[in-house]
Amino acid sequence: MLLTEEKIKELAIKANDIRISIIEMLVEAGSGHTAGPLGMADIFTLFYFHILKHDPKNPSWEERDRVVLSNGHICPVLYATMAHAGYFPVKELKTLRKFGTRLQGHPHREYLPYIETSSGPLGSGLSQAVGMALADKMNKKDKDRFIYCFMSDGELDEGNTWEAIMLAGKNKLRNLIAIVDRNNIQIEGFTEDVMPLEPLQSKWRAFNWHVIEVSGHDFRSLNEVVEEAQAIYEKPTVIIAHTIPGKGVREFERNYKWHGKVPNKEEGKMALDELRALRF
Amino acid sequence: MLNPNLKLNPKIFNSDVEQVPIRKGFGQGLLQAGEINENVVGLCADLTESTQMNLFADKFPERFIQVGVAEQNLVAMSSGLAAMGKIPFCSSYAMFSPGRNWEQIRTTITFNDRPVKIVGSHSGISVGPDGGTHQALEDIALMRVMPNIDVISPCDAIEAKKAVLALVKTGKPAYLRLVREKTPIITTEETPFNIGQAEIYWMPDVGLAQVGIIVTGGLLFRAILAAKELEAEGIKTKVINLSSIKPIDVKAIVSLAKECKAIVTVEEHQIAGGMGSAVAEVLAQNFPVPMEFIGIRDLFGQSGTPDELVEHYGMGKNSIKEAVKKVLKRKS
Repeated sequence: MLLTEEKIKELAIKANDIRISIIEMLVEAGSGHTAGPLGMADIFTLFYFHILKHDPKNPSWEERDRVVLSNGHICPVLYATMAHAGYFPVKELKTLRKFGTRLQGHPHREYLPYIETSSGPLGSGLSQAVGMALADKMNKKDKDRFIYCFMSDGELDEGNTWEAIMLAGKNKLRNLIAIVDRNNIQIEGFTEDVMPLEPLQSKWRAFNWHVIEVSGHDFRSLNEVVEEAQAIYEKPTVIIAHTIPGKGVREFERNYKWHGKVPNKEEGKMALDELRALRF
Repeated sequence: MLNPNLKLNPKIFNSDVEQVPIRKGFGQGLLQAGEINENVVGLCADLTESTQMNLFADKFPERFIQVGVAEQNLVAMSSGLAAMGKIPFCSSYAMFSPGRNWEQIRTTITFNDRPVKIVGSHSGISVGPDGGTHQALEDIALMRVMPNIDVISPCDAIEAKKAVLALVKTGKPAYLRLVREKTPIITTEETPFNIGQAEIYWMPDVGLAQVGIIVTGGLLFRAILAAKELEAEGIKTKVINLSSIKPIDVKAIVSLAKECKAIVTVEEHQIAGGMGSAVAEVLAQNFPVPMEFIGIRDLFGQSGTPDELVEHYGMGKNSIKEAVKKVLKRKS
């Protein structure tokens, strides 16, 4: 779908609002993950405000695209984006990780039925997306909608992920699109130190996927590669999106220490000041 | 005597009683389920013939998915299919599924509330010559400990077929435990099977039973033979088929304990965490009575014929009889 300059500006403002919500909810929760959610804010914004076929007022609309979040620990970005898109009130974001909340520390479908899957333990989201795409193929609905799986680079360490990649290639699942958050970090350090993934492109290609690399922060390029992925007819597509962990807050950017911790009140204020000062 | 109300196989005590692998009943049940309900799909991890899913796969190739030797993907992918309205039956050997993929079953199926049916064939010691690596003796414990899943362990091929047809309709996750070996046919098409309901298969001709025997799976035949011999020796027993381990029939178990005041449980599984443990949990809370457990005593299996192994690990007819006599002595 065409992306105008005006729309890009709108998305940039929205993504910044979502980052502000992420910082606010994490400071309030006192635990969780910071780097991943900030890094994926632009991509989630583009999907929920431009790409996805969905209806926040009718979340169980049968014809909707499906979104599987495999690396459940970045759920603050999913929750914040869904709230801003109108699935539930933005003020509910403050209940993240608190007793009785719909916004569990890792997504649980029983508490928040608007999401497609529960996730947290890594490596099995793509399998579920593969199952969804297979069902669409069986029902001859694979030209009507797309199954998007958001996953991390760290979870490419999991054997289960590669089982799913292999089967998707075998079955030529054309409406399956995986988006890898290639931010190069995982809990204990840089991915290439913990468990090297490169050459990542050729690994996926060898499993019969169409592979595209892109910046995870450039709305225009992102939109183009999603359109390319949608046009690929005989294969599933993976978009390896290069993102900056902690993107938007200089102090947090590219530092793996922010993978699994949250800002305290002062750090939160510093981050919010920086984000609120941005002008578009 | 055999419970006359259950229409059990009248030829059960004949030396030429018909013997069919329980997994074969699964295969026939799945084929029938596929004919009745177009949402039923089959997935298998490179053991289609061994698990008898080939009957379904041949009839409905467009609804069968060959997953390869990848049990984690097998179950997690089934969850995705279920999310789109399918009713997936996914099969492998019990040692590999649910043996290898427990966390995927928990997160993507039970926690996620998707109606996937996990079919573990080749469970128990009676896998035989393949040896200890392939004998799943912990799978009941692994599955019944999880919230939101039914655990069914049929006693023969006919009951396995009925179990498949019943599981199609539950709308929730399930584990179906099957054994590989030929097992005598105990039930008939008319015998009732309901998830969550235990049935009394053997009872005294007259009067009350002195010991209650609760059995799950392929050892039921041996337990009935033991009960018959015990009766000739003057010991009255009742034998319950507890094919539905979860949900468990609390009423039937407590009522048996109240009548007999002594219970023996029989299963091809570790004693720790298995069906006997489930029965003990029920009785400890409702009506504690002395219990003896027939099952594997904290050991791994080994190669041998199924009969050799069942005898060696103390789960044969004579072991059941000894356990009954032992628990009888413990009655106060």
